[in-house]
Amino acid sequence: MATRAMTGERPEEPRLEIDAAGARLRLLARGDWVIDSADRLERLAGAVRPLTQTRAEIDLAGLRRLDTVGAWLLYRIERALAAADIAVDYHYRTDTQRRIVEQVRASDSACAIEPPEEHILLTLIEDIGVATVRIVTDFGALLAFLGNVFLRIGRSILHPSRIRLTPLVHQIEVVGFRAIPIVGLLSFLIGAVVVNQGAVQLRKFGAEILVTDLVSFGFLRELGGFLAAIILAGRSGSAFAAEIGSMVMREEVDALKTLGINPIDVLVLPRLVAMVLVLPLLTFFSDIMGLLGGAIMAWLQLGLTVDQFINRLAEMSLLRELYIGLIKSLFFAGVIAISGCFQGMTVEGTAESLGRNTTAAVVESIFLVIVLDAFFAVFFTTIGW
Amino acid sequence: MGKGDRQSGEAVIRVRGLVNRFGAQTVHDGLDLDLHAGEILGVVGGSGSGKSVLLKSIIGLNRPAAGRIEIFGRDQAQLSDAEAKAARRSWGVLFQEGALFSSLTVAQNVQVPLREYFSLSQELMDEIAAYKIAMVGLDADAAPKYPAALSGGMKRRAGLARALALDPPLVFLDEPTAGLDPISAAAFDQLIMGLRDTLGLTVFLVTHDLDSLFTVCDRIAVLADRKIVTTGTIDELLHCDHPWVKEYFRGPRSRAALAARTAQAGQNGRREG
Ligand SMILES: Nc1ncnc2c1ncn2[C@@H]1O[C@H](COP(=O)(O)OP(=O)(O)OP(=O)(O)O)[C@@H](O)[C@H]1O
Ligand SMILES: [Mg+2]
Repeated sequence: MATRAMTGERPEEPRLEIDAAGARLRLLARGDWVIDSADRLERLAGAVRPLTQTRAEIDLAGLRRLDTVGAWLLYRIERALAAADIAVDYHYRTDTQRRIVEQVRASDSACAIEPPEEHILLTLIEDIGVATVRIVTDFGALLAFLGNVFLRIGRSILHPSRIRLTPLVHQIEVVGFRAIPIVGLLSFLIGAVVVNQGAVQLRKFGAEILVTDLVSFGFLRELGGFLAAIILAGRSGSAFAAEIGSMVMREEVDALKTLGINPIDVLVLPRLVAMVLVLPLLTFFSDIMGLLGGAIMAWLQLGLTVDQFINRLAEMSLLRELYIGLIKSLFFAGVIAISGCFQGMTVEGTAESLGRNTTAAVVESIFLVIVLDAFFAVFFTTIGW
Repeated sequence: MGKGDRQSGEAVIRVRGLVNRFGAQTVHDGLDLDLHAGEILGVVGGSGSGKSVLLKSIIGLNRPAAGRIEIFGRDQAQLSDAEAKAARRSWGVLFQEGALFSSLTVAQNVQVPLREYFSLSQELMDEIAAYKIAMVGLDADAAPKYPAALSGGMKRRAGLARALALDPPLVFLDEPTAGLDPISAAAFDQLIMGLRDTLGLTVFLVTHDLDSLFTVCDRIAVLADRKIVTTGTIDELLHCDHPWVKEYFRGPRSRAALAARTAQAGQNGRREG
């Protein structure tokens, strides 16, 4: 009978005839009692009032189709009548009707839809406590992880033949080589913007030529390394966390351990080493592209020829700025790789935790890059560089 | 209700000449299949033989390269978007791991299809969720839980409750008992049979579980060599000569399941006698 539901034919309007004339209250259900007419069925069921009779009969002889929602609403009537001490009998037309009604009656059980809400103050305090414990344990885990990584680095230095070259080369390609276009493009644009905006300000002093100083100092000392680090944090820090995290989820990391392979050796070290090798190179590349963008903008906007630009660069001693940028990039690389890999290794089996840790890897590494950068700014100024 | 009287039902699903390809690999090549009203059809086949792809083709998640799929007599390829959506109401799907929405509680999961297709009063929706959850044999305290807090067996039951939310006459189950312990698996088998009998469901059951095949299926379709090589009752398949069917149904595990079934049937007979 249910198969007719699908042929797309419109359900017949459900009706409920109430016959209160006899000694028994008779309720005659007609039409289709199906979910499509649920609104009307609810109204029909709500309209039944217990009268003087002590017995009632629900007659389904004239009923066409019945599904569990219809049966549930019949059961609501039955329940309301029973609450008024009226005994209810059914008159079924088919066996199927009886089975559905009985199934629904047997399934009557109230349940909560959502977990109980806790008191807001309590949850607040609980959240603070949980967060505190988490920070402390996470910090402990991070220290343990770092210790482990340094231990494995030491081993690898003692036994260089055990270093895994294939994953290292692969990571260098993925982390470094494939990032070249985006790093180059962004650096070029930022270099151009620095000159463009700098020229507007410097014109007030008639010192437009100083845009070369602005863009070269800016890029070599700060922007080049910073840009490359932020891009790699977003691009590769997240990828490290997601790749390693999904391997943890699928128990691949456990499988490595049982095969006697240290997961740090195969998963973390190649990524860390690749990052440390590649980020200074990308920093240098970013410097060059930034200067190029600046030079082109200076030429377009100020009519400064490339010769003049290069001569001005040569007058400054920029080597120290270059070194500062490159030294910083080594630390940025370490921070990005470690936080990506650490977040990956601490994924806990569920997909949500994978997503959370991937986000955390990016946020954390960008945060740390900025903090480190601020620290280095103070440090290099203090030592007079 | 005996098993015999279900065979005559009209075809709920009719698949003709189905072809599915992924790149150079042909998964199905001229596959024919019929599912009759009111029956539980088990689909078996080796790993990678294309059972899941068949199921996905029928429910419209995978576009076949050729062939005709009719559900309740309507060619699925001809439907407009609105008709296809309306047609989806007539079947429920239980994915292998339940595929519950993890951000919703069990009860809210059951209400998702209700919300999508109808605007019911909240009171009625909550009542429907409650009786559906009870109907699939879950405790009321499972209702406000998130899927992450459920065991594998509970997830399947919750998934079934969601699949049955709109009272569909047809349900698809993809390996519903895989990964369950034998007791939970047997209980799930009983649940499916019980619901089939009360609600008059037609069931398309992909399974590897020999016990399920022997206890719940009215007919079994065997997928091998990119086609349905044979369909029939267990007893018919036990006498089939196709090499894969032979190996499957006359292997040691199958014999054990068969022996268990015979023993049980004997016991039931004695009890009734
Ligand atoms: N999206 C896809 N792209 C390419 N190939 C696919 C895709 N989906 C399935 N296949 C291939 O189709 C074949 C059948 O896959 P299917 O998942 O249907 O197998 P199955 O019978 O369900 O196996 P199992 O019992 O292991 O679940 C496999 O060889 C698989 O590699
Ligand atoms: Mg499958």
